[in-house]
Amino acid sequence: MNSAEEVLDLYFLETRHKLLDVAAFLDRVERAGGTGDFRMQALKKALALLHEEGGSRAEAILQCFSDPTREPVDKAPGKGAAGAWPGGTGA
Amino acid sequence: MKYIEPHAHMVSRTTDDYEKLAFAGCIAVCEPAFWAGFDRSSADGFRDYFDQLMLHEPRRAASYGIDHYCWLCINPKEAEDLALAREVIALIPERLTSPTVLGIGEIGLNKNSRNELTILEEHIALAAAHEQLILVHTPHLEDKYKGTALTLDALEAHGSIRPERVIIDHVEEHTIGMVLDRGFWAGMTLYPDSKCSIPRAVDMLDRYGIDRIWMNSACDWGVSNPMAVPRAVLEMKRRGWDAGRIRKVVLENPAAFMSQSRHFHTGIGT
Repeated sequence: MNSAEEVLDLYFLETRHKLLDVAAFLDRVERAGGTGDFRMQALKKALALLHEEGGSRAEAILQCFSDPTREPVDKAPGKGAAGAWPGGTGA
Repeated sequence: MKYIEPHAHMVSRTTDDYEKLAFAGCIAVCEPAFWAGFDRSSADGFRDYFDQLMLHEPRRAASYGIDHYCWLCINPKEAEDLALAREVIALIPERLTSPTVLGIGEIGLNKNSRNELTILEEHIALAAAHEQLILVHTPHLEDKYKGTALTLDALEAHGSIRPERVIIDHVEEHTIGMVLDRGFWAGMTLYPDSKCSIPRAVDMLDRYGIDRIWMNSACDWGVSNPMAVPRAVLEMKRRGWDAGRIRKVVLENPAAFMSQSRHFHTGIGT
């Protein structure tokens, strides 16, 4: 296992870069007036999870975007996936 | 470093990619049957596709010194049409004796519908009846958690499927635990935009260990990188992993799982 300093040396700049991309994306959506979309609402919920501690942020964020139900749906609504579950935000 | 690419859709890739795989140390490629990006209109389309997997791709791979194996099924994206799916499933038994067929895959769910689940259960029964290994595709994005849970339930409900003979592919942080805890193998797919990034995959190895787990590129016609596994090797080296642990993940583990099929014959040396 790497030390904290080694992890930061390996990944800090890359992560800083990705964080700026997230910030710029949020600004872009806001400029376009798209903040009410269910995907944006799911993303905002997920962003709040970044403040959680305990080493399971990635898992928590994936759960936040997921369909938590267990019953199969009657018919497949197409083939693709949106990346967030519409039912999670009342959409 | 010598490695096995345990999940790649080479029918969608150029010959240049075979050359890259060979240069990177790949000694075997395993190709599950999948969705071609469009729906096929009849079972005849699958008959030709199965021939491509069993006869044509092994010849392309052999030109670069790579062994090629395949898995047969109708994928979940085309399973909503029960009649077509059953016609395709009926093509499979006589092909299971073909010398490069490893088992039934990649079966599973896509949108977690009742028809997809019915066809998944029929594939599971087929695998059990013919004592075949199973390779499972788990759904994309928001559908993955539910689909993985439903798939594990279906496998266990059958009653005669041994989990050590099933690989559940495309796991991520929210599904890997349930897969390994229930005794199945787990596959991590290294994709640029979806599924799992290379650093996250190595994080999961750090957290869950290196038993019953493999990595693949699942390179196909979409956004994907056939060099993903060699890049993961580089990532593990950057983190200070020793050669023995890397070799276990990218070579010994896939060989151990697939050696449960009498058709897998690639020697990995010591």
